[in-house]
This record gives sequence, structure tokens and C-alpha cells, in this order.
Amino acid sequence: MGIRFILMVNKQGQTRLAQYFEYLTLEERRALEGEIVRKCLARNDQQCSFVEHRNYKIVYRRYASLFFLVGVDNEENELAILEFIHLLVETMDRHFGNVCELDIMFHLEKAHFMLEEMVMNGCIVETSKSNILTPIQLLDKAS
Amino acid sequence: MLYIYMLGYDVDFGHMEAVSLISAPKYPEKQVGYIVTSCLLNENHDFLRLAINAVRNDIIGRNETFQCLALTLVGNIGGRDFAESLALDVQKLLISSSCRPLVRKKAALCLLRLFRKNPDVVNVDGWSDRMAQLLDERDLGVLTSSMSLLVALVSNDHDSYWSCLPKCVKILERLARNQDVPQEYTYYGIPSPWLQVKTMRALQYFPTIEDPNTRRSLFEVLQRILMGTDVVKNVNKNNASHAVLFEALALVMHLDAEKEMMSQCVALLGKFIAVREPNIRYLGLENMSRMLMVTDVLDIIKRHQAQIITSLKDPDISIRRRALDLLYGMCDVSNAKDIVEELLQYLSTADFAMREELALKAAILAEKFAPDLSWYVDVILQLIDKAGDFVSDDIWFRVVQFVTNNEDLQPYAAVKAREYLDKPAIHETVVKVSAYILGEYSHLLARRPGCSPKEIFSIIHEKLPTVSTSTIAILLSTYAKILMHTQPPDLELQNQIWAIFSKYEGCIDVEIQQRAVEYFALSRKGAALSDILAEMPKFPERQSALIKKAEDTEADAAEQSAIKLRAQQQTSNALVVTDQRPANGTPPVTQLSLVKMPSMSNVDHNPAEQGVSQANGTLSVVDPQPSRPSDDNIGDLLVPLAIEGPPGSATLSGHSPVFGFGGAPNAEDALAIAPVEEQINTVQPIGNIAERFHALCLKDSGVLYEDPYIQIGIKAEWRVHQGRLVLFLGNKNTAPLVSVQALILPPSHLKMELSLVPETIPPRAQVQCPLEVVNLRPSRDVAVLDFSYKFGTNVVNVKLRLPAILNKFFQPITVSAEEFFPQWRSLSGPPLKLQEVVRGVRSMSLVEMANLFNSFRLMVCPGLDPNTNNLIASTTFYSESTRAMLCLVRIETDPADRTQLRMTVASGDPTLTFELKEFIKEQLISIPTASRAPSPVSLQAQPAEPPQPLPTSSPAALSDPGAMLAGLL
Repeated sequence: MGIRFILMVNKQGQTRLAQYFEYLTLEERRALEGEIVRKCLARNDQQCSFVEHRNYKIVYRRYASLFFLVGVDNEENELAILEFIHLLVETMDRHFGNVCELDIMFHLEKAHFMLEEMVMNGCIVETSKSNILTPIQLLDKAS
Repeated sequence: MLYIYMLGYDVDFGHMEAVSLISAPKYPEKQVGYIVTSCLLNENHDFLRLAINAVRNDIIGRNETFQCLALTLVGNIGGRDFAESLALDVQKLLISSSCRPLVRKKAALCLLRLFRKNPDVVNVDGWSDRMAQLLDERDLGVLTSSMSLLVALVSNDHDSYWSCLPKCVKILERLARNQDVPQEYTYYGIPSPWLQVKTMRALQYFPTIEDPNTRRSLFEVLQRILMGTDVVKNVNKNNASHAVLFEALALVMHLDAEKEMMSQCVALLGKFIAVREPNIRYLGLENMSRMLMVTDVLDIIKRHQAQIITSLKDPDISIRRRALDLLYGMCDVSNAKDIVEELLQYLSTADFAMREELALKAAILAEKFAPDLSWYVDVILQLIDKAGDFVSDDIWFRVVQFVTNNEDLQPYAAVKAREYLDKPAIHETVVKVSAYILGEYSHLLARRPGCSPKEIFSIIHEKLPTVSTSTIAILLSTYAKILMHTQPPDLELQNQIWAIFSKYEGCIDVEIQQRAVEYFALSRKGAALSDILAEMPKFPERQSALIKKAEDTEADAAEQSAIKLRAQQQTSNALVVTDQRPANGTPPVTQLSLVKMPSMSNVDHNPAEQGVSQANGTLSVVDPQPSRPSDDNIGDLLVPLAIEGPPGSATLSGHSPVFGFGGAPNAEDALAIAPVEEQINTVQPIGNIAERFHALCLKDSGVLYEDPYIQIGIKAEWRVHQGRLVLFLGNKNTAPLVSVQALILPPSHLKMELSLVPETIPPRAQVQCPLEVVNLRPSRDVAVLDFSYKFGTNVVNVKLRLPAILNKFFQPITVSAEEFFPQWRSLSGPPLKLQEVVRGVRSMSLVEMANLFNSFRLMVCPGLDPNTNNLIASTTFYSESTRAMLCLVRIETDPADRTQLRMTVASGDPTLTFELKEFIKEQLISIPTASRAPSPVSLQAQPAEPPQPLPTSSPAALSDPGAMLAGLL
């Protein structure tokens, strides 16, 4: 089914954004996030961007102090997901202009809208930046 | 609020607010409502029902952005209710031409969600044309999401979607060759890599491509991708292009292309695993091991062996894992030695997370591809020595098994074990293996220097103070064995050993204490000792527990605890093996006259109880006293009785738990089937036996029987006309179960061989007994397991039907209309084709019936019969006499009266046709419900056999046990 969850975690291991595409209880989520974050944050630049954890494969990428972690199942192309993360970051960049952790923290809802436009039910929907941003601009106009 | 939730707090106070925001008229409010709802609630949440109407209004409304929002919500959390009320609307949206692509791409994914969750609610028959139409779409957003939908549909049923295949290839051509893509969809100069990847993924779900034109153009594209991808400076571009490349590789593998293209792929992969970029290296390794599975490119891959071994030493654990997997996969006889040695060497430096897996894999490879057995023993001993903590018990049990089963190996293993004991610091597992091997075989090297019994004893004894209790138990057995092998007896040694035994007689650990006492008593008996402590018999050859374990380990890591549990069970299982000595050893001394009784009485039970075989679920408690008569007189007295018993009554009263009937022909041993008093049952089975049996008819593993003392599980594998069942006998108590007997009463059409069942099941232990089944000819008769054990003073005896029934020898196949009709016509009239009107069918819908057929491995082929009230099913039956035989079934139902139907069965063999017809009939009218509670004394006649309302079948059913008995006598 593709992407199972998307996490954004800062260097201290605090979760900044979490979006799951399968149902886990709060405790499970917390446990899972903890394990994954510990695993990924311990790795250095020379190591590859894929980690196997339980039955997920975690594809992660680091941007300054923020880690983007995407949990996928075995049926996904890892490199494609890696680039998808980059696309997500570029999209946010375009919207916020040089995006940083604080942008995501204080505009959490916008980050969620973007994700919503890009991924639905674990599948990639839209990869064109302008299309992704249309509804958000609409929202900005309305408010 | 989202933020709070993300931090891990419960926010159910806000759910209501969120849901009510959905119906707000303003866009921002609606937007927030939708997003929050879809993040916070899951599909089974009650509040969602409240929202369903608002969502529906949005979907059918005119405002496109609202439509989008609603679709997204449904796509993310839509459950059954949504599927039922919204599926049609969503489908309409998806194909309507008036909507903007924006809406349609969402609709596609929304449908995907609904379809995945509830395939039965969402009707996708006849969607292939629409899918094909969708794939003509120009807008890439719609294409991307349609492709996801296609992947799901195709993976479910690839046959219907052939028409989409050329379209996919076209899309790929458009993207990869013509680069005909709007600017905003190109990503670092690559036309939408995600869509390319998805398209190739979809293509992999089709088995092959037959149309030569499509195939050619696809290969052209693939070739271009394979050749045209270069390493570039820009990381993102590099990644994206390699993502496409790897997907192309996977597709090439799947298509099983020409040799040339394959070797090109391997060359590429070889290049990848040598690059510095870790991601590429990782994927290179992974794809290489995937490639191993599909094609025979092993030779080419072997050239990269050195490189792979280097990767094993990579600093990154992900890469090391992949390298290990690959090495494991590529190992064969020719390179096993190198690889295993490499693994061993690596073992000492590997980090802890990997050692266990590493040790296990090395052990399996060594076992699988060992060029000679002494090498195997060497490797395993080294392995244990190097990574003792990580070597599971299974590994050393396996060595012991090997050594016991191969006589040539024994002296060698003993020498090796002796050498290991000389090392200053050795791991406890090594002590265990060495002690065991030396105990069994040290006498074989008594002549060598330093190997006299005394020296061996002293060197083993040195280790005693440092080891744990389980090892002490093994050491004690070893001492007893050494003592036994010392001929002529060495008094000094004897005294030493006796001193140890008496010291441990007061040990706090029961196991050790028992061993010490028993060995001490035994060794005083002198001559009897050597009988009892004779060499272990050969182990029955069975599938390596290691391989089984490896399969488990590959499963979800979250099941780790379950595996540990299993490992524990296997430990106890193996304890049984070692315990056999004391268990078998004791009786001969104390009650020699009784020793052979159990086995002989088994034989006698056999004919008499054949009649009972249908009476499954009979559970009788046998009073232990009369059933174990201590002298032959009783037996003699009973013989006339037994003969006088009219043979026919055995048939008719086959369900009776009184075993005394039945003309036991070899009368002198009839004592064991002495009539016994029927007692009020004290041991009640847990759960309904008949129901458990029915469940097992449909699946291959589960619990067959359970009572407060024991649980019998079963696991089966079926291949054509052969089957292999494993019975798991688990003692649930803290006391051992004794006098365990398991006897198979096979019907005449099955050849069954049960391996030895140990007489005692230790506390909390589980014993596995493999059972081989060969199907000789078609028959509905059921094999029965006659199982008895003694707990305290109760003898419990149960007869259980084994789920080795007709349908297990089916192999479902689908037939097309072109195949079906000629076959159907060629099999005309009885006895090859039989027709019958069945009444009293239990009520079920057509779908349920189709599911029932499918679960019995009768493949329902939809669309063959123009009348939708009819079912056509087909399967292949395997048996030794018929070989593979096609069976065709047609069921015509009457929509007005669900209780009757007309059934036509056809196959190339008259018996098969008849048996299959009866079998299906039984399944259709029988009602395996809980209402048939197992009566404590005995169930009358065949509990699961349906009350046969049809005159034709009842004589047949009644005559069955008789015929069976006659056949056996």
C-alpha cells in the first residue's frame, strides 16, 4: 500500500509533524516514533538512507536540523521516496520561502494541507508544485 | 489540537468540534474540519457516522474544492459505511468528463481506498474498459493516482485488465522516450519519476507480455533507461534517475528477458555494489538478491563475491544485512566453503545485533551445502565456540542429531569435542555439545592417548563447577555413560562418579536430582545399565529446525517475542529427546513384564477400533486397572468373548466406546482390549472437537484438540497427492504426561506413517510428531488419530478425525470457457458425470457458497455460466491411482428456494466423481454449529456426517465403516 507514515523530527528527537496512513493507537505511535528516531538519529552521513525497522523500511533524509522520515512497506521504490521527500521540502520552500523548523511548527496546519495534497492513503497523488499549492493559496485568500 | 495529539496526548474532547466544522459553509473552516477529522479519527469511530451525510453532500455538490476535501477525507479514513453509501458517487466522479482533473485524481485514490477496505462492497467488474480509458488521460496527476488504483486492481485480478497493459507501455514511452511532459511535472529534468516508477510497478503485476509489439517497445524503453542513466553531480537528479533505473531492473527481472539484457543488468548491479554512494550500494545488493530468486544468473553474480564480502564489513548495518542476505542466497555447493568460512571469520568481529542471525545463517548454509560431514562438525563447533551466546539451542541439537545419525562421523566428532575441551576458556554451549558427544562416543577413541575414560571424565568434570543447571544435567548423563562404557569397570572411577551422583541427589533442581538418583540406582544394577544406557537410537530424519527458524526470523521482527517463545518450546522439545533415556530406562528395571505391553496392545486396538474410526470426538476415560492386566489369564478368558461378539455388531456399534467387540484375530494379545467400565468423564475437552475439525478442513494449521492437560495442534502441508502433517503435542501441566500413545487408524485409501511418539511428555513441553500422508485413491473416509495418555490415575483416550480429507488433495485451477466446455461435453453421463438434486441445503447466499467452494480449494470460475444463479467450479485432484485429474462442478441454484439445488459433478474417474459429489453434498447440508456440544460419554455415530436426507446416500454412508472394517480384516 506504499507509504505508511511520514514523520518530521528535529535533532533533539522531538516530533514536529506526524501523519499516519494506517491506524495505530497513541501508545503504539509513541513507541514506534521513539524506536525509529533513536535508530535514525544515530546514523551518520556516510551511511545509506534506508533502515529496516520491524516490517517497515524507513527512508529518511536530513535537512539542517530536521529529519524527514517516511515509513514504507516492501512494495515501494526507496529512491523514489527519497526524492519525494525532497519534493516535499521544495514545495514547502516555495510556500514559506526558505523553510525552517519554526515554519512547520507554527504553520502545522499548512504543512498538513500540503501533505494531504501530495499523499493520499499512502499513495502519491500530485507531484506538481503549483497544483499542490493552489488550495493553500485559496485558503490564504479566503482568510 | 493536532499539535497536542502529535505530542501524544488524548484529544477526544475536540472530536465533536472537528466533525461539526465539516458542515460549516466557509472554506477555511471546512478545510480545518476535514483535516483534523481525517488525522484524528479512524474508520471505526462513532463520530464518523455523524459526518457521513455532510461528506456526501460535499461530494455530490458543485463546488470542486469542497469535493476535493470530502474525497480526501474518505480516501484517508473511509470505512465500510462510507463504501456502502458513497462508492457509486465516487465512481461516477472518476469517469465523468465534466470534472476537472483535480477532482478526478482524488476520486481515483478514494475509490482505491474503498476498494481495498471492502472489495465486496465496491463493484469493479467491468472496470477494465474504464481503466483503459483513464490511462489515456493527459493530466499527469490523474495518471499518477489512476496508476495506483490500477496497481491495486491488477494485483487482485490481472486477467481482466489485459487491455490496460499496452496503455501502460505507451505512457512509459511517452515519459521516457518522448519526454512529452509539462514543465511543472519534470523533476530535475526527469519527467515525473514517480509516475514512471508506478507504471513499471503496475507492469510487474502482469505475468508476461504476449503481444510481440508491446513487448518490443517496452524493451526498447527499458533498454534506454538501462543505458541512458549516468551518474551525475546533482544528488537529487541522480537519485531520481536511479529510482527509475532500479524499477526498470526489477521489471526486466520480472519479464525474464533475454539472456543478453539480463547479463547487462547484472553488470550494472555489479557496478552499483562497488560505488561509494551508500544508497545505491544498498539497493544494488538488495536487487541482486532479488535477482537470484528469479533467474539463473548465479554464475555471473558469483564473480562479484569478493565485492559482496567487502560490503559485509561496511560500517552501515543496513548494508551489512543486505550483504548477508545476498551471500546467504547465492551460496551453493561450489562456494559454500568459502562463504561459510568468511562468515565465521566475520562472526568474531560482527556487532551484537547481527550475530544471532549470522550464526543461524552460517549453520544453515553449512548444513545445506556441506561437502562432507566432518567439515560440517568443524564449522559448527567453531561457530559455537566463537559466538556461543548467540547460538540458539537448535543449532547444537542439530549437530548432535547429525552425529548420532552418521556412524562414520562419531569418532571424528568425539576427537574434535575432546580438543575443544582442552581450551582454557570455553563457552557453556561447547561444554554441552562436547559432553554429550563424548558421553556417547568416547569409547570409540579410548585407545588414543589422553582419551581414557578417566581422563575424559576428569576433563569434563573440571567444567562442572562453572556451568548452569541445564548443563549439569547433561554432564550427569555423560558420567553415567562413561561409567557404562568402561569395561572392565574401573573401581576408582566408579567411586568418583558415585560420589558425584550422591552429592547431587540432594540438589535443589528436580531434573538434576532425578537424574542423579536414577543413574545411581541404575549403575548399581550392573549389567542392566548397559542395556538402558545403550547408544541413542538414530533420530528420525526431519526438516531442519534451523531452516524453520530462519523462516520465522525473516517474519516480522515485532514477533520476536513469539519466536523466543517458540525457541523455548523447542528447547523443551529437545529435552524430550534427551529425557528418553531415563524415561525408557526406568521401566525395564522395575516392571519388566509390562514393558512391551503398550506397543502390542496398540496393534490390537487397531482392527477393533477401525469400526470406531468414524466416531470422532469420542472421549472415554479408561479405568487404568483393568486395562493393564498384569497376567495373561484375563486375556485368555477374554478371547472367547471377543470371538463370540458378532462381527457385525462392531460395525453397527462402531461408535460405542466398549472396545471388547471386534474379532481380534491374533487373540493371544487381546488382553489390552479388555472391556472396560465406562466412567463418568472427568476430562472435558475444551472447545468443540467437531468444530475444530471443520475449521481445520478449511485451513492447514490450528488446534485439533484441547483439554485441561494437553493441547494437540496440527500443521499441514500438501503437495499433489502427498501431505505432511505435524502434530504438536503440548503438555499444559507442571507434571509430565505419561503413557502417551498416538495411533493412526488410516482409511484404506490413505497411506500414513507417524513417526515415533515419545511415551512421556515433560511438563510444559511440546513434542512434534511428523506424519506423512499419501493419497492412493479418491475417498471421503477420514483418518482417525487414536490418542491416549495418562495423567495421575486418569487414562484419557480420545479419537480425533484428522483433517486429511478429500479436498486437501485438490489444487485449484481456473479454466477458461474454451477449456471448460469441451471437457464438460466429453465427460457425458454416468458414471463419469453425475447429477443430483440436493434438498435441505443450509441457507447461504451465492457469494457465501462461492466462498465455501473456494475455501475447499474448488476454484469458482465466474462468468462461465450465463445464468448468474449458477456456479461453476473446477479443481485438480491428485492421488496415486488417478494422478492429476480435472474435476468440474456445476451448481444450479433456485433463487426462489434456497434450500435446494441441482449439482452436476464430472471428472475422468467414476469413483472420484461419486466421492466428490458426496463430499460437496455433505458440505452443503452439514451444519457445523456449536449446538452439537460434545456429549461427555460418546457421540452417536458420525458427529459431523450430516443427517442424510437422501435415500441414495444413506446406505452408502452406513456401509462405510463396515466396508472399512471388512477391508482391514
